[in-house]
Amino acid sequence: MKKELIELKVNGRRHELAIEPSKLLLDTLREDLGLTGSKRGCDDSSCGACAVLLDGTPMLACTMLAAAYQCDGGGNEVTTVEGVAEHGALAAIQKAYGDWGGSQCGYCTPGFMMTVKSLLDNNPEPTEEEIKRALSSNLCRCTGYTQMYEAVKAAIKAEQQGTNV
Amino acid sequence: MSDFAIIGKPVALIDSAGKTTGQGKYTDDLSMPGMLIGKILHSPLPHARIKRINPTKAVKLEGVVSVVVGTDAPNKYGILPVGHDETALAVDKVRYVGDNVACVVATSESIAEQALELIDVEYEPLPAYFDPEEAMKAESDLIHDHRPHNIEKEYHHVFGDPGAGFAQADAIVEGRYVAGEVTHAAMEPHSTLAYFELDALTGEEGRLVVQSSTQVPYYLQHKLSIVLDKPMAQIRVIKPLVGGGFGGKSEIIPLEIIAAVAARKAKAPVKITYTREEVFWAHRGRPRTIIDLKTGVKRDGSLTAVAAKVIQDGGAYCSYGVVTILYSGALLGALYDIPNIQYDGFRVLTNKPACGAMRGHGTVNVRFAFESQLDELALKIGMDPYDIRKRNLLKPPCVTVNGLRVQSYGLPECIEKVVKASDWAARRAEYKQKYNGTVRRGLGLACSHYVSGAANSIIRSDMPHSTVNIKIERDGGVVVYTGASDIGQGSDTMVAQIAAEVLGCTLGRIKVIAADTDLTPVDIGSYSSRVTFMNGNATMRAAEDAKKKIIAAAARKMQCFEADVLMRDDWVWKQGTKPPWERTTTAGIAEVSGHVDGQVLRGSLQQKRKDEGPKDFMTFEEAAVSAMDFAGAVSGTGAYAPPKDARGGGHKGGGVGPSPAYSYSAQVVDAGVDTETGEVTVHKVWAAHDCGRALNPVAVEGQVIGSVWMGLGQALQEEFVWKDGLLMNPGMLEYKSPSAVESPEVVTFIVESIDPEGPFGAKEASEGSLAAVIPAVANAIFDATGMRLRESPFTPERVLSGIRKVMGLKKINMTNDVDPTEPHTLREHGGSLWFKGKGPQRHEMDPARKPALSREQ
Repeated sequence: MKKELIELKVNGRRHELAIEPSKLLLDTLREDLGLTGSKRGCDDSSCGACAVLLDGTPMLACTMLAAAYQCDGGGNEVTTVEGVAEHGALAAIQKAYGDWGGSQCGYCTPGFMMTVKSLLDNNPEPTEEEIKRALSSNLCRCTGYTQMYEAVKAAIKAEQQGTNV
Repeated sequence: MSDFAIIGKPVALIDSAGKTTGQGKYTDDLSMPGMLIGKILHSPLPHARIKRINPTKAVKLEGVVSVVVGTDAPNKYGILPVGHDETALAVDKVRYVGDNVACVVATSESIAEQALELIDVEYEPLPAYFDPEEAMKAESDLIHDHRPHNIEKEYHHVFGDPGAGFAQADAIVEGRYVAGEVTHAAMEPHSTLAYFELDALTGEEGRLVVQSSTQVPYYLQHKLSIVLDKPMAQIRVIKPLVGGGFGGKSEIIPLEIIAAVAARKAKAPVKITYTREEVFWAHRGRPRTIIDLKTGVKRDGSLTAVAAKVIQDGGAYCSYGVVTILYSGALLGALYDIPNIQYDGFRVLTNKPACGAMRGHGTVNVRFAFESQLDELALKIGMDPYDIRKRNLLKPPCVTVNGLRVQSYGLPECIEKVVKASDWAARRAEYKQKYNGTVRRGLGLACSHYVSGAANSIIRSDMPHSTVNIKIERDGGVVVYTGASDIGQGSDTMVAQIAAEVLGCTLGRIKVIAADTDLTPVDIGSYSSRVTFMNGNATMRAAEDAKKKIIAAAARKMQCFEADVLMRDDWVWKQGTKPPWERTTTAGIAEVSGHVDGQVLRGSLQQKRKDEGPKDFMTFEEAAVSAMDFAGAVSGTGAYAPPKDARGGGHKGGGVGPSPAYSYSAQVVDAGVDTETGEVTVHKVWAAHDCGRALNPVAVEGQVIGSVWMGLGQALQEEFVWKDGLLMNPGMLEYKSPSAVESPEVVTFIVESIDPEGPFGAKEASEGSLAAVIPAVANAIFDATGMRLRESPFTPERVLSGIRKVMGLKKINMTNDVDPTEPHTLREHGGSLWFKGKGPQRHEMDPARKPALSREQ
């Protein structure tokens, strides 16, 4: 398949890329931009490891065509896990996931980071039920999720105190 | 209680930032110049002779570099020395749907996929075996010619006098239990990147470098050496971050060998990453198991004898099978005091993906049967499930009737903790009263245990199981070289904590270099929960070795006996004087000329000028520099091998089961059962786990919760569904891996029995809690409904079928007429209802249904 030139805006930076029109956003991020933080866990949008934010909304990059999300001035800004850290330091959710055991093998963690970031960006004080619901879009095989709730709560607290945990 | 600086404190995994930022690299994240992609052609037939493979058309496709077939690397291998029955790619036969037939190496994944369809393979189908009890009757068309009746291995063990034991019993319960097949489904699909270096002297193929998602880098190095006819010293295996294992990466997975063979043939770096579906086909999970169990008790509740016959549906290759079937028998012991045991185990080959080791290896399904039956016995003699368990506790230190040495034993405390926390008696009574309508609710109690590493390694030898090197750097940095494979359980962190605690330095000084066969000394891998115990002990010894040299130098500097030198929190001081951090005057601190930033490399001259006379304390950095001044390079080495008296009895197969220490777990499950839909909802689990000492409580809790959670998956929803050897649910959703909304709260209690031989008293924490939760759910369902399920998982179909039976309602016909309360056989379609013969068909548009298309580029 012939390659075409596309423009993507990822983590605030614009990239011009030559890709096959059939190329998935996940593969484009991982192979063409070297942003390997987003993971492939299932191929069929069931696990959430590839979640990225598209204009703030978590989307599964493993079933999105990169060419369909070109930046066009107005929108289509992609944020990956590499864009979560703030000012060269761990964001509160990243620190809390480490401290509270929210991440074991870590393979699902980038996806969870995007889900949690989106949750807290839209709802800074979610209830336990809301946290559970939000996290159910991603699968983890290590943690049983329990310590993730602790991590999310710790991150909320840290954000409220304006400190980094 | 304990006075440790780092041990016992909650610590974030030292690699957690790499995981939360995406910086950490897993194998599939790696790439290198000129790297090609490999794709494997899998068998569409469960059992067939390969008459012909013609890759000509595939090779001609633009972008295809080479096609690898079985004859390219016909040497046999297998994880167990007694089970070398696999080849990189099928040489003469395929033995399961998904077996590996050929591998295309191409410049991109999509080209490789197209090329797969162009490979022309002619098969001659053979009769296939899907049910182990049927497979055992076979006289011809065996899956492996050297295994008559398709029996991989059978064992018949008798300990004590089971006949006499049953004669003494006042009550005996006998029953058949059936456990469905489950898999690890680690979030990271397996991936391997392999390449050869060119040798400068010969100009020919040189060393092989393999980066792989493995729990066992050293075994991988060994098996690669066998298949490629290459010395181990010429092979470097590196384990990048591994996205979960649970046993699924604890042996050599076909793609690891295939990638290396392909790299050799293609003369270029080759990466192969499984799709999620391929991960399911690669499997190596927990086998479907039939357990015929018979247990006798006296009226006072004490066990008199156990007889178990276990048949495991092992799949097409040996894998860890011999070990699995031995664990199933051996670990009947070491939990309770059972004076007489009879065990008959059959590991059977079938035409399905090979089963292997999975979390709680070998014990889980038998534990489901045993703990269920224990409740049945308690009911029969009118005893509370709690009392019957208390009645049969071991009295350590002891050696069980089947030769297992038990020293630390926190089970009694585990039981007390969960019974108290769940308010066992009162809550059960309350539920009986409160929930008597459609939704019933009950509690179930069960226990389990697991080894802290196998006392005998797979490859029998007297070599240590773990070795660790430590290097002290000139500025007081500490580098730990460990062969331990961190697969997410946190072994790198464990190693760092132990080294820091022993050396009396802060965690920030420790760098861990792990699991790289070129750099790190041998450790046999992350399986059977051996790493904390064995690698932890080796780390401790290596750190003590290095510490000796630092102390010798510090004693000279401080002019005191070596025995009087204390080290902690980056400080070194003389016994009898105040620890430096308790000194109030800043003058004291100012005296410390060991603070030598920027000066360290100038060594002792600089130090001497700054040091005025002897002192009674110094910093870690200064002590380390002094040690180098006096001793030259400062390093330490440590090794661990389990003691002889922990290695078990001398009977055939007695090598599996013994461990230097066992972990213990007790759990209470609170479950609701909807008697109209058959849905079981687990509301809460109280889990107490005896891990010896919790080196890192956050990590221990995480492991215990994770085990319980994975066990709940097996108890309630996870199960392989088969149709003529074709796996019907090879996807994360179809396999029903539980999400957050299906996962109940797990309340954990850490019980610390302080093992005399564990590092700081630690034992395993990652597997022992899995097994208990399945029978605990079964027992809770019984408590709620009076219906005893003997077939797992407890899906709504099974539960409903059982409930209708006890209610005397119209029978639900399950597949093969299996009654889940009294299963007589395994059945093809798992828990699916009315599943007579046909089964779901793949959609018409599904490419898997179409003959190979020949696409033109």
